[in-house]
Amino acid sequence: MTTDILLQARRLCRRYGNRTALDGLDLTVCRGEVVGLLGPNGAGKSTTLRLLSGTLPPHSGEVEVAGVDLFAAPRLAKRQLGYLPEVPPVYPEMTVEAYLRYCGELRGLRRAALRQAVAQALEWCSLNGVRRRIIGNLSKGYIQRVGIAQAVLHDPLVLILDEPTVGLDPLQIREIRQLIESLREGRGIVFSSHILPEIQALCDRVVILRDGRPVFSGPVAVPAEAGLQVQLRCRLAPDPAQLAAVAGVEALQVAADGSLQLVLADEAAATRVQQAVLAAGWGLREWVLPQTNLEQLFVSLVHGECVSEGAA
Amino acid sequence: MIGRIARHEFRALFATPAAWVFLALGQFLLAWLFLALVEQYQARYQPLLVKLNASLGATDLVAMPFLADPRLLMLLLLAAALLAMRLIAEERRQQTLPLLLAAPVSSTEIVLGKYLGAVGFALLLVALWGGMLCGLLMGTELDLGRLLASLLGLLLLSASLFALALWVSALASQPAVAAVATFAGGLLLMLLQQGGEHGLIAYLSPLTHYERFLRGEVALADLAFFGVLIVGFLALAIRRLDALRVQA
Repeated sequence: MTTDILLQARRLCRRYGNRTALDGLDLTVCRGEVVGLLGPNGAGKSTTLRLLSGTLPPHSGEVEVAGVDLFAAPRLAKRQLGYLPEVPPVYPEMTVEAYLRYCGELRGLRRAALRQAVAQALEWCSLNGVRRRIIGNLSKGYIQRVGIAQAVLHDPLVLILDEPTVGLDPLQIREIRQLIESLREGRGIVFSSHILPEIQALCDRVVILRDGRPVFSGPVAVPAEAGLQVQLRCRLAPDPAQLAAVAGVEALQVAADGSLQLVLADEAAATRVQQAVLAAGWGLREWVLPQTNLEQLFVSLVHGECVSEGAA
Repeated sequence: MIGRIARHEFRALFATPAAWVFLALGQFLLAWLFLALVEQYQARYQPLLVKLNASLGATDLVAMPFLADPRLLMLLLLAAALLAMRLIAEERRQQTLPLLLAAPVSSTEIVLGKYLGAVGFALLLVALWGGMLCGLLMGTELDLGRLLASLLGLLLLSASLFALALWVSALASQPAVAAVATFAGGLLLMLLQQGGEHGLIAYLSPLTHYERFLRGEVALADLAFFGVLIVGFLALAIRRLDALRVQA
């Protein structure tokens, strides 16, 4: 992975009237990197993405897209930007293909390049089956995909996606996830989501926003100092001592409902514990990773602070 | 780029029934008016003209009253209101404006593109309504020079009303508000003609200048008046759009 910076924002601020929607955001996205934007409703996620895409002027701050200042040379910078807003900006009365052609024309594509770009976007977003359908008649999942196709059409270096999976069924979410995964090569992607596992599955880094301020910025894979936590439930009551003896089990607790809370050193230890349970014939019923690291982080940053403020 | 946006805008107008219904019903209503004027001419004026050996003809007594008729002007206002609902307000309502704002296109290009699309509609209106007048050629002679001057006037009048519509459309985030405000604004511009017997206020009304075209006078001053009006409204629209986004 090269480390050249594709998107850089410095001290971005935006107010709506007296309300500060975003206060001092710094963000850097490198080539090949996917950055997730997290936060409770109203934390400023959409505002951030609108500012980054140049569709909303900030009150202060700078944005650079592929080394070009978005506010000094917007035309040049916007050529390298693909943006999917919260609501896909589609014209319901147009066909999918005609719409994508128009989007391509707006980005300055002509003739052969335009035809090729439209064909590629249709292919990427699996829209070939509906290319001649009227957008207004499509289901929400397809409209969302048309929105994504529009954003990737001109093969931009930077993709900004505002909740790309909202309102989709699990299968479609998986397709979109695969799409983002396949597009990350050579590009920088920023997207926002409510869905924590999704961020965890896709992103290299997360930025967590709260009341317009970034409260966390860092890699998703927080080093698991506390080890791998597992909740285990069996048909028959397992023997705690026998499990505690398995190599890699660092801590073991029996909960009141009979389930076991284990802290494991690594994945290999998890496999050994599972094998031990099967060998003993206790009948494994549940194997739960109670909380992802990201979820713990999110709750502690967003909810925890709220509680402490409320108490103060 | 302006051309692409204009083409899209013009096509988008006809993607929904509104424009078709407007053109069809407008044509029907104006045909009614036109035929009434023709009948009046045949039954009342023609014998009189023959008796007096007057120099007046169908151009003066059918074509011009038709183009100056308040009901035709109302239809023009309605067309402006229809466009105001669509041009920018509709994009804001259905949240498609970010597509244009995020594209490497300047506000000036967006406004000019949308405006040219609207002017395309104005050309269509003038062709359809003027075409009806040309039907008179089958039965009588027309002062073609004067007719062309009048149609140019009609085109300029509608173009300036549509420029107003574009600005209002950028101001209002609700299509219905844009339509009402455009209708009222256009009506006000027309009413200015009655603002004073002489002087500045009446001069500011596009109708004052339109009537000169109807008399067959194509003067630079009147052309300039419409030019200033159109450029002014477009500049306001561009400013307004700039306020909504980061300039490209």
